[in-house]
Order: sequence, then structure tokens, then C-alpha cells
Amino acid sequence: MTAAAWNAERARAIIDSHRSLRGALLPMLHALQEEFGYVDADAAPLLADSLNLSKAEVHGVITFYHEFRQSHPGRHVVRVCVAEACQARGSDKLVDHLKSKLGIDLGETRADGEFTLEAVYCLGNCALGPSALVDDQLMGRLTPARIDGALA
Amino acid sequence: MSLRCQDFGTPAKQGAASITVTIDGRAVSVPEGTSVMRAAAEAGIMIPKLCASDHLEPFGSCRLCLVEIDGRKGTPASCTTPVAEGMKVCTNNPRLSALRKGVMELYISDHPLDCLTCPANGNCELQDMAGAVGLREVRYGFAGENHLTETKDTSNPYFQYDPAKCIVCSRCVRACAEVQGTFALNVSGRGFASRITPGPSLDFMGSECVSCGACVQACPTATLIEKSVARLGQPEHVVETTCAYCGVGCSFRAEMQGDNVVRMVPSKDGGANAGHSCVKGRFAWGYASHKDRKTKPMIRESITDPWREVGWDEAIAYTAAKFREVQDRHGPRSIGGITSSRCTNEEIYAVQKMIRAGFGNNNVDTCARVCHSPTGYGLKQTYGTSAGTQDFKSVDKSDVIIVMGANPTAGHPVFASRLKRRVRQGAKLVVIDPRSIDLVKGPHVAAQHHLQLKPGTNVAMINALAHVVVTEGLVNQDFVRERCDLINFQQWADFVAEDRNSPETLEAETGVSAQSVRQVARLYATGGNAAIYYGLGVTEHSQGSTTVMGIANLAMATGNVGREGVGVNPLRGQNNVQGSCDMGSFPHEFSGYREVKDDSVRALFEVMWGRELDAEPGLRIPNMFDQALHGSYKGMFVHGEDIAQSDPNTNHVTAALEALDFLVVQDLFLNETAAYAHVFLPGTSFLEKDGTFTNAERRINRVRPAMAPRSGMHEWQVVAAIATAMGYPMHWNNGAEIMAEIAKVTPTFKGVSFERLDAEGSLQWPVTDAAPHGTPIMHVDGFVRGKGNFVLTEFVPTTEQTSRFFPLILTTGRILSQYNVGAQTRRTDNVAWHPEDVLEIHPFDAENRGIGDGDMVSLASRMGATTLRAEITERVPQGVVYTTFHHPVTGANVVTTDNSDWATNCPEYKVTAVQVAIANAVQTLVAE
Repeated sequence: MTAAAWNAERARAIIDSHRSLRGALLPMLHALQEEFGYVDADAAPLLADSLNLSKAEVHGVITFYHEFRQSHPGRHVVRVCVAEACQARGSDKLVDHLKSKLGIDLGETRADGEFTLEAVYCLGNCALGPSALVDDQLMGRLTPARIDGALA
Repeated sequence: MSLRCQDFGTPAKQGAASITVTIDGRAVSVPEGTSVMRAAAEAGIMIPKLCASDHLEPFGSCRLCLVEIDGRKGTPASCTTPVAEGMKVCTNNPRLSALRKGVMELYISDHPLDCLTCPANGNCELQDMAGAVGLREVRYGFAGENHLTETKDTSNPYFQYDPAKCIVCSRCVRACAEVQGTFALNVSGRGFASRITPGPSLDFMGSECVSCGACVQACPTATLIEKSVARLGQPEHVVETTCAYCGVGCSFRAEMQGDNVVRMVPSKDGGANAGHSCVKGRFAWGYASHKDRKTKPMIRESITDPWREVGWDEAIAYTAAKFREVQDRHGPRSIGGITSSRCTNEEIYAVQKMIRAGFGNNNVDTCARVCHSPTGYGLKQTYGTSAGTQDFKSVDKSDVIIVMGANPTAGHPVFASRLKRRVRQGAKLVVIDPRSIDLVKGPHVAAQHHLQLKPGTNVAMINALAHVVVTEGLVNQDFVRERCDLINFQQWADFVAEDRNSPETLEAETGVSAQSVRQVARLYATGGNAAIYYGLGVTEHSQGSTTVMGIANLAMATGNVGREGVGVNPLRGQNNVQGSCDMGSFPHEFSGYREVKDDSVRALFEVMWGRELDAEPGLRIPNMFDQALHGSYKGMFVHGEDIAQSDPNTNHVTAALEALDFLVVQDLFLNETAAYAHVFLPGTSFLEKDGTFTNAERRINRVRPAMAPRSGMHEWQVVAAIATAMGYPMHWNNGAEIMAEIAKVTPTFKGVSFERLDAEGSLQWPVTDAAPHGTPIMHVDGFVRGKGNFVLTEFVPTTEQTSRFFPLILTTGRILSQYNVGAQTRRTDNVAWHPEDVLEIHPFDAENRGIGDGDMVSLASRMGATTLRAEITERVPQGVVYTTFHHPVTGANVVTTDNSDWATNCPEYKVTAVQVAIANAVQTLVAE
């Protein structure tokens, strides 16, 4: 996953291109994250200005959704499902494996910027758990070995 | 007056009490749409609640107010459930009780148990609810994950935010949105991590917060609480009074410990503010006990001598003798005075009476001269009354709102909140102003049109709008035929229809596209109830009176006068500027705007006052200065006004003051004017006064003393004593007696008395036999003058024009946290927001001059020069610079000119040709 560096001009253009949508804030936030990999703190005033919202309101929305990141993620993002069905299929073990393999906790990014590890709650793939998203690629029936392969 | 006000849980609904429900066996009838919670409260049953409050829309989050309703499943929240005919509600039984207790246990399991040392102790809704539900234990214990270690935000000078005590009921968030309309607060995170946040900055001072205090008032715990309460503890008694800042005239509860103010809280039933406030009224009252305050009379022979403290007797005798001495030497008309629009009607009435009857001339004027005198003149000429036509509530019914030359979010913030609420409900907003004020665009508010005209072209703009109304057939013919003088109307219609008044022709003058002018004119004439609100950006011009009359013409032509939602609405500046005009502060008028030249009027006052009165109108403020320099005006009484800072062309003013033989200043502080005074008489703050203020909607509000005068004497007592010592006995025992005299001599105040004001809360004049409860909306059945009078409004450009040496136009204004010359607000923590005046300049103009953001720049006009810091912003258009005049060190009025309104001499503060340069560079430029 390669993201562009934060650029206010570019952010403004992205925001403008979504202005005509109804309930434009969420599509804008998705588009910004798509472009930059996260939602920069400097985006809140731009969004507020564009949509006649307060900065506090925009901040409230950004922080409400775990999906929106407030800092740059690693080059690879691993999101492991830890909801009930995957837990029953052993996702805990998978998480432990990834923590020790990557040397980071859930919600953290490795110092070298290679990996970000996150928990998600259900990917809609319950029949095939445990599941994870590796750089937006959905993987099921994961084992430590299979995920090592995906990260190799 | 009780310390706690009853909270009905949800707002009252309008309409007849047509729905009858039975709550715990008690029948109660309420209007449709009323919540079960409110119906219960009206029946005397208080359902436990935390997230509900009757100034906020119901939210249904705290789950304490659950009830059972016959025939319905579950336990709905009573705050979000509207009543239905025949509904049977049970508010308390073992099941509900257990549910509530369970909810409270959860709240308390994550709440510090420090009630005894908590600032809210004794006034905490969480504590009350724990008591109400009978909480005796918390089964979950206190060891689990919690928020108790979160850090306090003390960045705001007046209140603190302690998230450890927060129950995330969102009352603060909703108050900021619904009541104040700033939306500076929100909930960040979700679930257990939910937290109230002032936005991405995470601290209140760095956020969009305007410190109005609505969130603090809404908080049911000590999470958001006044630092004064945290410091002093809970108040023990309350004095209901009126704010002394702007013309909105908010009612406040001064919550007291002995004669110490603990806090000021806006009154829910305040006629003007309905429970809301701004940072000035709510928090900036500390000046009343500031160490700079003078409480002893002082005299000196010469203005170069040091002040000498004296007793009241000596000060009064000295003042009286000196005034008489000046009159003996230079004639009876050689002295005069200025009344203060900051003081009560009773004090103002006393001062003008002292001048007219005691001094024996009509040399009395007031600071309204320099702000809204064109309003008084213009509206009297057209409608017959020198006042706005509406009450503030009227805006709730407006469909189109034009704000012209006013910046309500800074100058009249509590009214601005009301206006913004109406805009959020769908009313269309038009801003006519050279600057992009906050109303042009902000959270949940946007002007449909912003006509960004060049300063000084208001009349051209109004004429262009009128041109469209007349030539496009948008005149309300029925209204004009029934209510207006038809001959004058036809003359006016022919005049504005001329091509030279078309938006296309005037485009070059105003700088506004003809197309947008046409759109605004059509919107105003056909968009439903249309109201115009205006401020000093209209009046403080060489054609201020003309613009006021132009606005009045436009409202008549479109039938936008005489009912709710419409009208001509001056947003008056000072707390009692309406009152000072009403009380006979102008040199040509007695109280109630009756001419001194009129023999029958004068005869009435001569009988009442037992003294022959001068038939000749006296001097206006600018004439006083001119005559002082000329040598024929030698003595002056300045009542609570800092003319050396507030009046234009400071150098001219101070030269005039210096030329006086004898100057008396009555004020709280040794202000800039006092530097030229021979006698200083200590005044009283609004917390000490006993009287009335009249706000911009003609509402007479009571000002009640929360403490005794610190100087030992009321201002009117001092004035009466001076008059008496001068040989004209004036005596009253209290403020009520003065109002009784005012009511006797002023037809529009006939039914006003302290007794009635205390009983009814407030009254809007005229209060007459025909309108015993006052007059919220004027000219309902016809204009006060009879037929509405259209006045021709020829556009005459100001003589203050830009040139090669002075290529920019300076316009002046105010900001939210400071008030006028800042004598009060500078002596409070409000300086945290505005430590100095800055010069707003457009990036293009700044770049041309090599000016960077924050640079010190010189600002020079043909009159004088001053230095201040530049702020580069697109709020001002190219060619226009803007500053405030809150700090004496800036001396913004050193540069303003002697130009003034042709009819009233109101100074042209809003247009001064200037040059701006990096500091030290400007002298060379001017010298070239």
C-alpha cells in the first residue's frame, strides 16, 4: 500500500470533488484516507470550512470511526478479526503470533514503518475464520504459517 | 428569589393545552408535542433525569427518566416521548426504581467520590439523582477501568473542564449547538472512550469556543464549572438584574455570597435573552472590584496638579461653586454636560434635569450622538418613533434576514445566537458589509448573498435595492395605499426609479454586481417576512441618517413593517443608549423626544420642575468641542463616558478639553478624559445601581443593587446634590421615585413603575393606557406619525476619499471579548482573547507594502497616525483595512476624522482614508 504524502492542495481538491454529495463528510474522509493512508490533523479545518461544520464536529466524526486513522500507517496493514466467530476459531492465537512476529501491539505501527497491526470486529467471513485483511486483501482459514506466507 | 430554578426537562411547546394525560393518577393538560417528562413536571411530578434540560431538545441518552405507559411495551424515556390524548403514565414503581438504580450504579462506578470537596457540592444534579433513586451501593465496585485520572483543562480563564467528573450526557455539546450556535463541542471517540472535546485542539482556549458559558450552565455536574464557584463555593442568595454591556440587555441572576458576586447566570425568563449570555455579561464583571477603581471624590485646581481625595460634601460644594463661577464669568450657556448611555435611565434623567433646570440651558448631549443618533432621527422622520420596530423574538418568524453594517456575533452575541438559530431553521440570510463577518460563513450558517460593498456607499446600495423593488413591480401596493403618504411615496418611487439609481449604474460606486443586488431586492420583497437588522456600519457615516431613512423606505415599500418577523431593527450599541435618548439627553429634546422649542411641551416641564427653561436647543458634542476651542464653552460635566478615547479625531477632542476652565468626570476609573478633569466623582458599577436600562427592543429592564455603592453615594444622589448646591433643589429618595417622575412627564412611559417592572419582569415602551403591558411590535395598525413618510435619499459620496498618499479605507468595529474603549473588559480576564488591537489587512495590500503577518505597522490618516500590529486576512477586501478601538494605547481614533452625519453629527468612524506601512516607514511616505 503506497500512500501520497500529506498535501493540503491535493486534500482541498479531493474535498471539493465530493462536495455535491449528500452527507459528504464520510465519502470525503474515505477519499482522504485512500489518498494519504490516514486523515491528517490539518484536514479537519479544511473539511469544516468546506461543509460549514465546526472543527469539533469533524473531529467527532473522525474519532468515532476506528476505520479513520489519525497517523500514517505502516507500509503493510494487517487487520485481524477478533470478533466472536473468529475468536472461536482461534484468532487470539493468531494475534499473539503476529504481535511477537512483528514486535508490536494491536493498534501500533512498527518503528521502521513496515507494519501496522489492527483489530477489527467482523469481516463478514465468519464461516471461514479466523480471518484478516492484509493490505485490503481478505484472507480466511488463517494459520500462523499462512499469514507468515502472506507477509513474506 | 430562589437559588435553584425549576427545570421542566424539555422546552415548552406553543399552543393550547389540548392534550390531557394522567400521570400517576394526576390529570394534566398540555399543548400537543409536549413530552411526558414536561407534562409530569407541570403536574408537580419530577421524573429523575440527567441528560434533559428545558432549554435543550430532548436527547434520551441517560436512561434515568424511563416510565411505563399503559398499553405500550417496555419503558420509554419520558423526555423523548410526546404525550397522546388519554395516555396513562406511571413514573414510579419497583421495576422503574430498580432500572434507575442500576443506571445510577453504572454512572457512579466511574465517578470520583469526592462530593464533599467538589465545587458542585450542594448544586449537583448527579448527586441529587443518586439521592432521588436511593442509591446505596455500587455492585460493580470502583476498581474497574475508569476515567478518574483524566487531566483537567483550565485553559479558559473563567471555567474549567474536568473530564474525570463527566458523565457524557452531551448537554454541553447540545447547548453549544442549539443555544449558542457555535458547535465548538462534540463527543470524540466511542463507547467507553467517549469524551467531550472542544475539537482537534483538545483545549478550550485553542478551540472555536466563544466562552458564552452555555455549556457550563448546562452541565449537571462539576465537569464544566465556573472557576469563581470552584474558588468561592456555592452562592447563598440571588439578585435579579440586567447586564451593563451591549444593547441586547440580558437579564441575569447575580448569585451572591453576602455582597460578593460568585457568578452571573443568565435568567431563563429574561425577556431579551431567554437564558442565554455571552462572554462579557456572563464572566467579565470583575472590573467592578478592580484595583484601579476609584471610590473617593477627588479635586485639583489645575490639570497639572496631583489629585487630592476629598469628602463628598467638599467635592459637591466645589463642583457647584466652580460651575456657577464659570457661568458668572462667561454666561449661563457656557457650561453643559454629556449623559452616559452606560448608566440607568434614572441617572441620565437626573443629569439632563440638572443641566436643563439647574444649569439653565440645554447643553446636554449623549454618547448616542456618536453611534445611533441617525437611527433616532431617521426613524422619527419616516415612522414617527426614534426606535426599532420589533422585539428580538420577532426574528423567530423571519423568512429573510438582512444584516447590514452590523456584526452581531461580536457586538450583540446573544441576539446573534437567536438569529443563527432562525437561519438553521431555514430563513435566508443576506449580509451587506465590506467585511466577511462570521455570519457570512461558519458552522451551520451561511449567507445566501454577501454584498461586499465599498465603505461609504450604503445609500447607493439602498437606492439600488429600492430601484429594483420599484421598477420590477415589487412594491406592496396595498400596504403603501393604506398606510403611507402617497404623494411622498410617488416622489420617492420616481426618484429611485431613475436610471442613476439602478444597480447597474451604481455598480461602479458600490463595487457590487448588479445581478446580486437584483437578487437580494427580489428576495427581500417577495421572500415572506423580511427583516433588516443594522448597526453602526449604517449610522456612522456622513450619510448615516440617509441610510436609515432609505432602509425605512424600503421596509414600507415592501410592506415589511408592523408585524412579527419583519421591521427595521437597529442593533443598538450600549446597554442603555435607547434609554439615554428616551430620557431627554439630546440638546433639542426633552424625555420622550419632545422638542424644547415647543412652548406647550416646555410649559409642562416648567410646571413639573418649577423653573423657567431655555427655549433654545443646546450644543451637540462636536459643537461643545468647537465652542470650547473658540472660548465660549468653558465648563463641562462628563457622565460615565471616555470622550478622549471614544470620540473621533482625538487630538481635536483633547485640545478642546484642555481649553475648558472646569471639567468634571463621573466614572468608575480615571479614564483618558479624566486626565483633563478638575473634579473626579466616583461612579457606581451596575452591580450597585438601582434603576432601569432600556435595550434595543425598547425593553425597560430593572437593574437591582447586588451591593451598596462603593463610593457611598448613588450617581443620581451626587447629581441631585450638585444641582441643589447650585441653587436648584433636586431631591428623590430612591430610583423608584425618579421613575415615577419620568412616567409623569413622559407619555410613552406613562404606565412604567418599578412596581410594575418587578411584577411583569420588563416592559417595552410605549406603555400607555392603550398598551398597558407595553408594545413589543410597533406600528401594527398604523405608523406612530400617522402616514408613513417616504424620504428622498440622494446618494452623496463622502468627502473622505482615498488619494495617492492615503490609498486605503480604514473602517472600525468591535470584537466579541472587548467592549468599546475597554474600560471594563480590559480590566477582566477577557484580555486573554484580545490583548491588543490589530489592523486587518488584505494579503494583496500587505504584500504590496512588504508587510508580514504580525508586523508592527503605522496607520496614518490626514488627521494623525498610530502604530499597531498587522493581521493579514481575507476577511477584509482589497483596499480596506479594519481595526478595533478597545485599547487606549492604539488610539485608533487619533486617525479618524471630523466628518459627520449631515443631520445628526454622528461621526464618520467607518470611513477614513489611510496609508499603512511597516512601522517607521510611514512618516517618510506622508512627508513625500
